[in-house]
Amino acid sequence: MPTAPAIKVERLVKIYRQMPAVDGISFAIAPGSITGLLGGNGAGKTTTIAMIMGLLMPTSGTVTVLGAEMPRQRYRVLQRMNFESPYVDMPMRLTIRQNLTVFGMLYGVPDVRGRIAELAETLDLTDLLDRPTGKLSAGQKTRVALAKSLINSPELLLLDEPTASLDPDTADWVRARLERYCRERGATMLLASHNMTEVERLCARVIIMKRGRIEDDDTPGALLARYSRRTLEEVFLDVARGRDEAREAAQ
Amino acid sequence: MSTRTENAIAFSPRRVAAMILRYWYLLRSSWPRLLDLIYWPLVQMITWGFIQVYVMQNAGFFARAGGTLIGALLLWDILFRGQLGFSIAFLEEMWSRNIGNLMMSPLRPFEFIAALMVMSVVRLAVGAVPVSLLAIAFFGFNLYGLGLALVAFFFTLIVTSWAVGIFVSGLVLRNGLGAENFAWSIMFVFMPLACVYYPVATLPAWLQPAAWILPPTYVFEGMRALLIDHTFRADLMLEALGLNLVLFAVGVFGFLALLKSARRHGSLMQTGE
Repeated sequence: MPTAPAIKVERLVKIYRQMPAVDGISFAIAPGSITGLLGGNGAGKTTTIAMIMGLLMPTSGTVTVLGAEMPRQRYRVLQRMNFESPYVDMPMRLTIRQNLTVFGMLYGVPDVRGRIAELAETLDLTDLLDRPTGKLSAGQKTRVALAKSLINSPELLLLDEPTASLDPDTADWVRARLERYCRERGATMLLASHNMTEVERLCARVIIMKRGRIEDDDTPGALLARYSRRTLEEVFLDVARGRDEAREAAQ
Repeated sequence: MSTRTENAIAFSPRRVAAMILRYWYLLRSSWPRLLDLIYWPLVQMITWGFIQVYVMQNAGFFARAGGTLIGALLLWDILFRGQLGFSIAFLEEMWSRNIGNLMMSPLRPFEFIAALMVMSVVRLAVGAVPVSLLAIAFFGFNLYGLGLALVAFFFTLIVTSWAVGIFVSGLVLRNGLGAENFAWSIMFVFMPLACVYYPVATLPAWLQPAAWILPPTYVFEGMRALLIDHTFRADLMLEALGLNLVLFAVGVFGFLALLKSARRHGSLMQTGE
């Protein structure tokens, strides 16, 4: 019997003041997979993720997450998913431990203290646990945000630019932790990013968006072959600048 | 009941406790926040206390009605500080850009509201209890001397303050921090109409029905009846209770409608101005 997709998006549309931010996209994401959502600024990635999270109501179309229709049935599944986004922060005056305790309780984690200790060790936060979140460096804050997104051991992880503003070393470290988490937990991850290295390293599948539509959708290898490029960055530039159309026309 | 409705209204005391803990951590970590809870009620109480002393020395009526001004002030503070306590706890989520985290968590709107209601009482207690004790020491006015009537007055005022706080939170969710000023000023709309410092009879006849729509009006009239005529007007409290039920329902449904509208317009993703 085929497994139900972790995320299913059908003919999804979001219109703001007569301008489509997302324009009739459809895709399904298999459980346990890591998928990248690529696109330039204004491509519709964040809007799509917000609708998947139930934070935003679609103008039309449907989003089903872990079998629940979003946002209508979101409370059935919010405990089994989590997210990280540069558009949100955690209370700065609270220490890391206090913040994680609050979110652990909100997500119904049975042994909050134990889970915090476990995450602190995995994400190298043990010595920082009693420091106010506002007094951390950008890299440390990202690790804390990651700890929050993993507090409930989610089956589905939605990440919007998880390594934005990190130095390459820290970014690589974060990617390794994410990869390990998904492998060990069998979790599904949808990752919106501008960072091609990140997408190439983590994702088995890439969905490229442009002006609210899906321009391409395949494995990184297949995309490289189709565009005759050596890196996903070159593929991204081709799509963003419309070179694929120019190339097709020339061929 | 549909599964959707069951899920939306399922109430978890643990999630409410998580939110109360969050606000408690915040209060504990910030002495300016704690100081802010007490200093303005204290300044107000001292100012109005001296006015009360002055008018009692110079006017026969007020000499008989000892404590009406300072009593009105302390009760007004319950109404104003109750709403402000609710709204500021909510605004802390907007200021810290944490609202998206909460809206994406399993926290239900009713649990969020319940936590804010508890915090409004906690914040009020931190400010009002010491000030009410100082009112005894400075001016000999014992608010607790109102006895059971004080419980009725407090309950009526705090429910009104929650209703207004809930609605204002919805406005801020929908419109962003540009609507923050409502949180600070909306209660002052009540002040002239709720007849805090004067009887309803002082208002022109055409304005009096508007005053009787507001539950706090019944409290201030009730307080004057108690202090001047030494009569507890239970009828006023019952009418206030009925009006409060309506006001609270309007606040909650308004909040839910504004939250839905925020989800439609993407306001939850843009929590700035």
